[in-house]
Amino acid sequence: MAFENLSERIQKALRNLTGKGKISEEDINTASREIRLALLEADVNFKVVKDFIKKIKKEALGKEVQESLNPGQQVIKIVNDELTKMMGESAATLNKSKHIPTIIMMVGLQGTGKTTTVGKLAKRLIDKDKARPLLIAGDIYRPAAIDQLEQIGEQLNVPVYSEHDEKNVAKIVENGLKQADDNKNDYVIIDTAGRLEIDEPLMEELEQVKKVAQPDNILLVVDAMTGQAATDVAKGFDSRLDITGVILTKLDGDTRGGAALSIRAVTGKPIIYTGQGEKLSDLEQFHPDRMASRILGM
Amino acid sequence: AQFRTVDEDFFDDLEELLIESDVGYETAEQLTTALRDEAKLQKAKSRDDLKKVIVEKLVELYDQNGDAANEKLRSHDDGKTNIYLFVGVNGAGKTTTIGKLAKRFKDEGKSVLLAAADTFRAGAVEQLVEWGKRVDVPVVTGKEQADPASVVFDATTKAIAEHADYLLVDTAGRLQNKKNLMSELEKIERTIKKQAPDEPTETLLVLDGSTGQNALLQAKDFDKTTKLTGLVLTKLDGSSKGGVVLAIRNEMKLPVKLVGLGEKASDLADFDAADYAVGLFHDLV
Ligand SMILES: Nc1nc2c(ncn2[C@@H]2O[C@H](COP(=O)(O)OP(=O)(O)OP(=O)(O)O)[C@@H](O)[C@H]2O)c(=O)[nH]1
Ligand SMILES: Nc1nc2c(ncn2[C@@H]2O[C@H](COP(=O)(O)OP(=O)(O)OP(=O)(O)O)[C@@H](O)[C@H]2O)c(=O)[nH]1
Ligand SMILES: [K+]
Ligand SMILES: [Mg+2]
Ligand SMILES: [Mg+2]
Repeated sequence: MAFENLSERIQKALRNLTGKGKISEEDINTASREIRLALLEADVNFKVVKDFIKKIKKEALGKEVQESLNPGQQVIKIVNDELTKMMGESAATLNKSKHIPTIIMMVGLQGTGKTTTVGKLAKRLIDKDKARPLLIAGDIYRPAAIDQLEQIGEQLNVPVYSEHDEKNVAKIVENGLKQADDNKNDYVIIDTAGRLEIDEPLMEELEQVKKVAQPDNILLVVDAMTGQAATDVAKGFDSRLDITGVILTKLDGDTRGGAALSIRAVTGKPIIYTGQGEKLSDLEQFHPDRMASRILGM
Repeated sequence: AQFRTVDEDFFDDLEELLIESDVGYETAEQLTTALRDEAKLQKAKSRDDLKKVIVEKLVELYDQNGDAANEKLRSHDDGKTNIYLFVGVNGAGKTTTIGKLAKRFKDEGKSVLLAAADTFRAGAVEQLVEWGKRVDVPVVTGKEQADPASVVFDATTKAIAEHADYLLVDTAGRLQNKKNLMSELEKIERTIKKQAPDEPTETLLVLDGSTGQNALLQAKDFDKTTKLTGLVLTKLDGSSKGGVVLAIRNEMKLPVKLVGLGEKASDLADFDAADYAVGLFHDLV
């Protein structure tokens, strides 16, 4: 499926309609079919698309077409502005604790990139703030999950707290935090096992970890290729844990990444960073305007 | 969505449901039209009638779009090793699926060997080795950061020499738009063919069930690189339906051969189109 540029599509759809002047209801209805298709092709959740179109209709109806634009361009500008606004206008940052350590906890579905992102965040904090982080291996289920984090720690020359026989994750985290206190680490980043948001015992485990760690940041790690379920997943994690932000991974691929909009719409929580590759240096600040253009295929 | 009568509202709900299952807009529209026509043709009136009709029709459409000889996992029992190559994007479930399938073959009394050809990701070799221990199957490994093709070469040699029934090759996750990583996969396939020209028997693309429309691009690009024989759809125990496989089926005729239903060794099943259709429409009828 070749994604035709939305901008071209809307232009084409509106070609035979009004010239300059006000945007008419007919213009909007014609354009909104194209907008709807583009957003669905980009994997924005169906219900989020519906709401978004409603908003656009209200915003655009009766609006004067600016001198320099034709009606098609004017509609596109409104869509792009609205989408950027929804993505969160300015770049969000991590919460920092008044007293060390600042605690960060990663959560998310299986295979989204949590463990890798623990390493990426540690590297970023070291490079930017000369931080001295401690990583805690809170995934006791996935085969070799602890090895994976330990190898990442080794690559960065960062300590990793792990216990190979303890079955209570909250306990491991508690002990890890003690070590961080003793060693005056200024950041603690907790890796957790991937889980489904509908998995009751494992969601309870995260609540326990949250209780003992009192994290300043709970980051939901989301795969940018996620489809329609992004809203359920985000709602599921947010309602249990009150997440503080989102990291969108695997944006180095060719996915349009509509999950970003879905998550923003249902949680209102900011996307803070994006994963741009498998290397530990491949973490970038999130740019709402770029994400808006990407989702629109422009 | 609520069942009302067999009217337009119902089929609007059906189309919405298909879109929300990641089937994609175009395919959802096509399927809805076909299912609406069929329901009219069959004069389906009650809720049960309708359910039967749309499930049967979906299965019929699925079957029509494929090649009956290539619906199930293939294997030959001529004493030569069946080599299965697993490919896919990062985190889709390749390594886990290999562990599960190894257990299945082992339980059937077959001899199985695993090749740890993901020499790139931290902990990847250890992960497969751990699966090997769990299901009691040997794993061929190379040095860290070794050329993955060299591991595959060693594993193929060993599998052939030992007359193993199956060799399951794990590869590193890679996004389909990365040219150099995709050519590494080509090299792995060439390496297998050097010693076993008719292999791999199966080249399976592992797809995360929660993936949206990008899965179509994955299927096309991986198929271009190493001709695919089928799909594995993982993580169907979650809230996703993996509907994009219907779009892939429509466009590329590729069958889903296995589904992943959890993280345990036993959480693997053959794909069954009827079961799948029933699951898809579960909330509607
Ligand atoms: N291309 C790309 N790959 C990524 C990115 N982030 C993570 N990955 C890869 O995605 C795969 C899964 O990453 P992990 O860090 O193991 O994911 P996880 O969420 O910890 O997985 P579980 O612990 O099993 O739930 C690995 O192959 C990573 O190398 C990214 O931004 N881009
Ligand atoms: N719930 C659920 N989780 C699964 C399933 N299959 C795999 N997983 C989990 O998904 C995560 C990633 O699985 P892996 O097998 O490591 O995926 P991979 O494709 O080998 O990943 P890379 O090698 O990093 O590209 C792990 O946490 C698995 O336990 C499944 O069917 N259901
Ligand atoms: K994934
Ligand atoms: Mg992990
Ligand atoms: Mg793997």
